[in-house]
Amino acid sequence: MSEKHLKKGNEAFAIAAINAGCRYYFGYPITPQNEVPEYMSRELAKVGGSFIQAESELGAINMAYGAAAAGGRVLLSSSSPGIALMQESISLIASVELPVVIINVMRGGPGIGSIQPSQADYEQVTRGGGNGDYRTIVFAPSSIQETADMIYKAFDIAEEYRNPVIICADGMLGQMMEPVSLPPAREPVMGDAIREAKPYALTGHRWERERHAINSVWLQQDLLEEYIDSYWPKFEKAERELQDWEEFMLDDAEIVFVSYGSTARITKDAIQTLRKEGIKAGLIRPKLIWPFPFKAFEKLGDNVKNVVSVELSKAGQLMQDVKMAVEGKYPVSLINRYGGMLLSPDEIVERTKKLLEVK
Amino acid sequence: MKPVFEYTRGMREKQQHYCPGCTHGIAHRLIMEVLDERDALGNTIGVSPVGCSIVAHQYMNIDMLEAPHGRAPAVASGIKRVHPEAYVFTYQGDGDLASIGTSEIIHAAERGEKFCTFFINNAIYGMTGGQMAPTTLVGQKATTCVAGRDPKQAGFPLRMSEIISQIDGAVYVERVTVTTPGDIRKAKKAIERAFNVQEQKLGFAFVEILSTCPTNWGMTPVAAIDWLRENMIPYYPVKQFKCVEGV
Repeated sequence: MSEKHLKKGNEAFAIAAINAGCRYYFGYPITPQNEVPEYMSRELAKVGGSFIQAESELGAINMAYGAAAAGGRVLLSSSSPGIALMQESISLIASVELPVVIINVMRGGPGIGSIQPSQADYEQVTRGGGNGDYRTIVFAPSSIQETADMIYKAFDIAEEYRNPVIICADGMLGQMMEPVSLPPAREPVMGDAIREAKPYALTGHRWERERHAINSVWLQQDLLEEYIDSYWPKFEKAERELQDWEEFMLDDAEIVFVSYGSTARITKDAIQTLRKEGIKAGLIRPKLIWPFPFKAFEKLGDNVKNVVSVELSKAGQLMQDVKMAVEGKYPVSLINRYGGMLLSPDEIVERTKKLLEVK
Repeated sequence: MKPVFEYTRGMREKQQHYCPGCTHGIAHRLIMEVLDERDALGNTIGVSPVGCSIVAHQYMNIDMLEAPHGRAPAVASGIKRVHPEAYVFTYQGDGDLASIGTSEIIHAAERGEKFCTFFINNAIYGMTGGQMAPTTLVGQKATTCVAGRDPKQAGFPLRMSEIISQIDGAVYVERVTVTTPGDIRKAKKAIERAFNVQEQKLGFAFVEILSTCPTNWGMTPVAAIDWLRENMIPYYPVKQFKCVEGV
């Protein structure tokens, strides 16, 4: 970590990925993440990597599948409807246990929706929009610095767990500028080095080993059940080891907000205003949304009167996990905007006061 | 005693699940023989499709993976970026390549990808039980057009080699068949030229192999061969559409 540079979010994300040793990027234009493929198209070849502007998000995710199977360190980025198109192969990549990192710069939905920031992909990314039993590990950064750091780390997590990892950013993080310290550049594993570093990869057998077959189809159902059992413990390990969250003014809080991403920063402003007015508010900010930080809720005491999910989703998608986390011990409410509209600190303050009046 | 015919070491000694009279077995073997003759089996990565040949990786003695339905050319594009010196090919049927995967195959050709595609056209969906394919001939019966393909309702069959040959990035396009020993030798030559194109990094190479599906056509293997020659070849002419110098 060296000096700080003023960077647009999407560009910082791309630099962080290259510094993490990523050399393969596949993408298709979609707002609000276009600066990521634009940067990669200019810069990847300079460091010996490859960029393809794919014919569609379906093309992009399948190029990523091929490159990951071949042992490459692969990044994809897209935005909500594009991520929906990729879900078929996110499920497939999880089913054959390959690492890829995917940035979702979320925008308003459903359908084609709007191009403004949103958090209505919570279910799409944490529950798996694809078919079958699998999980994706999902980081939820709230600043450009944190996004860059999480992308850097995500490649290692993806390879450790041999699984897709999603960085759940939003249009605000992608489009705004902030000072950021970029993580140091690491040497990529490429070419013949892949054979030793990634024994699972397809490299050509050279008659030195049995041929590798990466298969997702199981014509015998009992073997598929056994196979799912063979990889499932890694998701249980992730639930034990990867839960991560930030606490803000939580110790004496009577009203506990739960919020992630850029919305959590707005919530912090609201908490400071509420505190000045004598309302004891605090925050749990999940840094990963799968696995969800259930442990953060274990220590909430009798002083807590309300738990409030603050998010950019009509359905209260985050709130569903919050309800599971509090196990009925506290009333759970929702403060939200949606469709690409943002919450302001003032709106959170006003709506919190209204909630307390009703009580 | 000198054996006159043996397993090629490119094929694993496994019993195949293909139906009697299906030509997948011939196509598999030809590709493996060509790779073996250039001592490339150990430096090859193949992509199998969704369809009857999804488990080609159980038979071919090379590194392989399965692509989602239609996506094999995108998958191969990703592999080739990581291992540009490896031989990479896709092996795809007509439902996979000419229906759900048209976007991927067209754009792999457009980019001039340096891999080969072997396209098995048997004018029907085999694995799912004989539904109409984009290459099903007018009048040909299938389970989703039991009275025969009616162009008023279902349109006309796609000629993929003709389409691919219009794309500048595709530098070698040939349609072959495997219905006689002579045809099989010509098919092998086409496969050789496709790999030559790849080896010399000249662009995208596409070989369409007209094939039989006796089970879903409802014919004996011999009748299926005759039906292919009498019905498919007039609509899908066996010829070289495009070739570059030096291959």
